[in-house]
Amino acid sequence: MARAAVQRRLTWQLATVDAVTDETPRVRTLTVGVPGWPGHQAGQHLDIRLTAEDGYQAEREYSVASAPGEPVAITVERLDDGEVSPYLTQELQAGDEIEVRGPVGGYFVWRPEDGGPLLLIAGGSGIVPLRAMLRHRQQTGSTVPTRLIYSARTRQDVIYSAELMELQQGDGVDVVLTLTREQPPGWDGHTGRVDAELLRELAWPAGQDPLAYVCGPTAFAEAVSATLVGLGYPPQRVRIERFGGTGGP
Amino acid sequence: MSSVSRGFRGRRRDVGGEEGRVPPGQYVTQDFPVLSAGPTPHTPHDQWSFSVEGAITPRTWTWEEFRSLPSETVTADIHCVTRWSKLDTVWEGVSLDTLLGQADRGGMFVMAHCDGGYTTNLPAQDVLGGQAWVAFGYGGQPLPPEHGGPARLLVPHLYFWKSAKWVRRLLLLDHDMPGFWETYGYHNYGDPWREQRYSGD
Amino acid sequence: MDALDGNAIAGLLHNVFSSEMTTATGTCATCGSASVVGELMVYLQAPGTVVRCPVCGNIMMVFVRRKGMTCVDLTGLAHMAA
Ligand SMILES: Cc1cc2nc3c(=O)[nH]c(=O)nc-3n(C[C@H](O)[C@H](O)[C@H](O)COP(=O)(O)OP(=O)(O)OC[C@H]3O[C@@H](n4cnc5c(N)ncnc54)[C@H](O)[C@@H]3O)c2cc1C
Ligand SMILES: [Zn+2]
Repeated sequence: MARAAVQRRLTWQLATVDAVTDETPRVRTLTVGVPGWPGHQAGQHLDIRLTAEDGYQAEREYSVASAPGEPVAITVERLDDGEVSPYLTQELQAGDEIEVRGPVGGYFVWRPEDGGPLLLIAGGSGIVPLRAMLRHRQQTGSTVPTRLIYSARTRQDVIYSAELMELQQGDGVDVVLTLTREQPPGWDGHTGRVDAELLRELAWPAGQDPLAYVCGPTAFAEAVSATLVGLGYPPQRVRIERFGGTGGP
Repeated sequence: MSSVSRGFRGRRRDVGGEEGRVPPGQYVTQDFPVLSAGPTPHTPHDQWSFSVEGAITPRTWTWEEFRSLPSETVTADIHCVTRWSKLDTVWEGVSLDTLLGQADRGGMFVMAHCDGGYTTNLPAQDVLGGQAWVAFGYGGQPLPPEHGGPARLLVPHLYFWKSAKWVRRLLLLDHDMPGFWETYGYHNYGDPWREQRYSGD
Repeated sequence: MDALDGNAIAGLLHNVFSSEMTTATGTCATCGSASVVGELMVYLQAPGTVVRCPVCGNIMMVFVRRKGMTCVDLTGLAHMAA
């Protein structure tokens, strides 16, 4: 990795919300302009800091949803009892300012030279950093065999739905959805959790030396990664990013 | 300098009409946030025991022995240093007066030791005289592991980090020593009414 | 709330060490296991941030923020290498 960017001082920057886009009834993408953004890698995140009138502050982490070189965007899922996500998805408007710090992270990052075959497994909003990887793969013309397994509660909860369907059709990416809670009439795709049975059928065989990225709620990420290791994936080929929370999609 | 985020208030940061009952800088929450610095221990009752040691006649109770001690129902307001307060929480527990006995403990200190290695220190005066319990019930149910079950310390007049979860042992000392968070600059005593969050406050 | 992992504190670590640390390797002072920082167990929902060894569960790092300053304890960390 280039060491040049590494010794960079990390400071809070005032960013401007340039656009808001609703992805699903509970999920919104915010495109933000960050002065002096040094560029990011696919899979990195940024920290957001909110400050109330009385000085109270809250900080959270959000993955960068866009590919390197594209305008910085984050995609936020609203948790109804949450402190920060309802603000980001309901209150914040184009033109508002927020403080951000980043990009940060280097472990949960994919570069074309990392190769594959690539297995991306997302639960709920865990799709966000994986979407940046998919866009980066496409942008760089990489032909790494890639399969995305994406677990969502209902069809309506699938983030980036149209984009993922396009990738599936045109770009040599297998996209597999599994709907855990409710399926639309006539749904012939997968249902239920990403468990050993599903992974035995859909994960690249361990013998092909696949590289896996697993992201989502903590319990989801731990269960899926443990299953992959059980299927023979070496732990160092399974990169995990836990988003917190106890529920699963 | 950080800039104010338009319209951001943070979590229901009001005292819910309970002025006077809520210490400075706290807000009232209805739910019961789970704070933890490590994995939740799940100690089965048959492997659980509770001891008092140090400058006291050492004693150990098994779960059954502990549960056959006289217990009390306690209704208290609790105050977490991360700024939430929860009012009228109902606990069931054994008073520390029962566990430490009636002797005069003036000038002594208690170090609570817990499953998972957590510790916190308290003046003995503050845990006697009906001010502290080892609680095993919450809201009429057994105390759930994420809230400190099988049993936790309950010292409602101090910030809630003093009410150590998964407590197993009280060490009586003739001198004071900082516990886990106290070592990292949290206040040695932790009175929410004097807003003693950090040392020096 | 369940544990997060070292990715969640990439920003905090970058601030403390002035460089990206999630790809560094940290050696546990208790059990001697070497783990990638991105794979350490992180507990944020507490009065401070506690980082534990994924092998033995012992504390490797503690960070407590107070009025703009961060108090750092690395005594559970035998060694850290980029
Ligand atoms: C490295 C990293 C990257 C992340 N990237 C994204 C992202 O791209 N998009 C995104 O929407 N979120 C992302 N998150 C999660 C995000 O940082 C917040 O935790 C989340 O938005 C909840 O914040 P809140 O203030 O709304 O909820 P809080 O007020 O913090 O929590 C409210 C309740 O929800 C529970 N909870 C907290 N987090 C979650 C969760 N992730 N899932 C389910 N329940 C939870 C809590 O236990 C609590 O009970 C990421 C987290 C990490 C560590
Ligand atoms: Zn260890």
